[in-house]
Amino acid sequence: MITKMERREFLKLGLAITGVSVGGGFLSVVSNLKGAFASTEEYRKKYPYKPHYTMLIRQNRCIDCGECMKECVKTNNVPGYGYRTTILERYEKNAIGLKREFIPMLCMQCNNPPCVRACPVEATYKDKRTGIVRMHYEKCIGCKTCILACPYDARYFNDERHAIDKCDFCFDARLSKGMKLPACAKVCPTKARVFGDLSNPNDEVFRIVHQMQKAVWVLRPEVGTKPNVFYTTSDREVSDEK
Amino acid sequence: MAKTKKAKAIYIWDAVRSINGSVFRNLHEDIDSLLSGGKIYFFLLIMGFLMVYAAGMFGVNAVNMGYREAYGLTREASWGLLISTYIFFVVTSTGLCIVSSIGHVFGIKQFMPIATRAVFVSIVTIFAGFSVMLFDLDEPLHMIYYMITPNLSSNIWWMGALYGAYLVFMILEFIFLLLKKHKPAAYLGLTALIFGISAHSNLGAIFGMLHGRDFWYGPYMPIYFIASAIMSGCAAIVIFTWLGYKINNEKIDKQMEKALQSVGKLAALMIAILIFFEIWKVLTGLVGGEDKRLAIFSMLDGRYAFNFLVIEILIGMIIPFIILIKSRFMNMNKLFYASILMIIGIFFMRYDLVMIGQVVPVLHGINVEEFSGLVSYVPTIYEIAISIGGLGIAIIAFLFGEKVFKGPFKGHKFGIDPLEKVWK
Repeated sequence: MITKMERREFLKLGLAITGVSVGGGFLSVVSNLKGAFASTEEYRKKYPYKPHYTMLIRQNRCIDCGECMKECVKTNNVPGYGYRTTILERYEKNAIGLKREFIPMLCMQCNNPPCVRACPVEATYKDKRTGIVRMHYEKCIGCKTCILACPYDARYFNDERHAIDKCDFCFDARLSKGMKLPACAKVCPTKARVFGDLSNPNDEVFRIVHQMQKAVWVLRPEVGTKPNVFYTTSDREVSDEK
Repeated sequence: MAKTKKAKAIYIWDAVRSINGSVFRNLHEDIDSLLSGGKIYFFLLIMGFLMVYAAGMFGVNAVNMGYREAYGLTREASWGLLISTYIFFVVTSTGLCIVSSIGHVFGIKQFMPIATRAVFVSIVTIFAGFSVMLFDLDEPLHMIYYMITPNLSSNIWWMGALYGAYLVFMILEFIFLLLKKHKPAAYLGLTALIFGISAHSNLGAIFGMLHGRDFWYGPYMPIYFIASAIMSGCAAIVIFTWLGYKINNEKIDKQMEKALQSVGKLAALMIAILIFFEIWKVLTGLVGGEDKRLAIFSMLDGRYAFNFLVIEILIGMIIPFIILIKSRFMNMNKLFYASILMIIGIFFMRYDLVMIGQVVPVLHGINVEEFSGLVSYVPTIYEIAISIGGLGIAIIAFLFGEKVFKGPFKGHKFGIDPLEKVWK
């Protein structure tokens, strides 16, 4: 038998839950209003990885020379039929002034990576220290679900490795061996690709991502993957060597 | 303690004896029966072997060449005919499990005669599906990591694990059905049904949970998969029962006829539900973002329009629906033809589902030259041959099953009476 008191308690509990969820909803709207920056409030407060590797692409500086792609192929043994990084091209016939722009693309090393969730055998994983989305090539069964899960077309099947291959910010080939930059960022002649660490407030990339004067954006934000590759147009000089 | 052990031993011995006695009466007899049959039997048998043979040749070749060369898959369209064929088979298997459970798990009398055959064909079709899938995986041996480092948030992992359990329970259920132990068979059937539905909705969720793909994303997929599985199961059981009687040169008897009529009615209901689903899929898609609209347009007047409108909707749903209603479910031949049309439609339904989801490149929205067009995919002869091989495996296993389990498949003579007792 349910007493009156119990019923009252139960209703109170229900009201409390409703209140919390309505309040939470309201708060989340407020934080969304503030979040006109590239990375939302929660990400600017806290970067979960150390170093939190990131890449800033200064899109207007890319001249489509393709050096990054060539160096990537050389460094990571990328076969002819695939790519880890590429340069996309946008052409606007009716644009005033420049009619063409180039968009360098690579794995976005998402904080919320759909590919990692999709993989049945944990062959692809988010590196706990650096936040890079990496591969255990020896585990991959070749089901290709991660390719379909990726909203950025950043993955391809590598016949030679018998596994999916993807950009890892050159972690295996360079960063883990003590080098500071991925191959593409190193060779870019116009410094369109700036590699950095978001957990360090003095880092160039941190400072550009955390300003309001120039727009900074990510690709396909609507998917909610929270990418770690940011795009901007910037003429600020960036120091040549890190 | 000792007593129960003894009782168990006797039980097992009984079981073994009754398998020997009722099923594999005599090895010679069985081999004789495998090699005897009417025209249709031999025609189907030879066709089946040819299909498997061709698939084997092409499959071995594809393994040697490397799948990238052999299959028409690309970075943008990485799932093709093999995946859709795999889905087709496991959809049919799950559907058969669901339809068979109506009778011998939930005790609806009209559905009882089809149960044993449905369970058998369900096992056959899932094996066919797995064998096709094997040719899509590049490194099937790495499946060992399913156990070592499972990713519990992955739908593929759950699908694999649950289908594994499903298969085990279906086989156990079938063995108990043969043993005429209907109570345990019913419980095993219920367990298999739960695993089957979970596995199959997970297969839908593989698509439904890809949040970078507008065409698939959402709760629609798992529900749609289960609904279409029931339709698929109805069509399959009609086809296989009809063929079963044909190859044994027998006339479908009254009880089986009634069972098939009930299955036909269920099929018509499922067609109606699926048409409703399709209408809302198209209408909701038309008001969505551009990516989804493009995918829907490719179904309505683009490259998948013929597949979708003519084969999937007209041949797979509307014509069978009309045949079923017009014949008032009475005519077994018409029921069979309607089911054949339904199965063809369902095969294309799977293909369309897999391919239309990939037709719009994921980066279409950023308006770059490279991804301005739609993704094209044409299955190669290797993929077609391997898919047909899957059908061949199903046909051969079914034909041999018809010969070996001839008795048990005539549900009412073999096992329906004790079954009714279970539910009284």
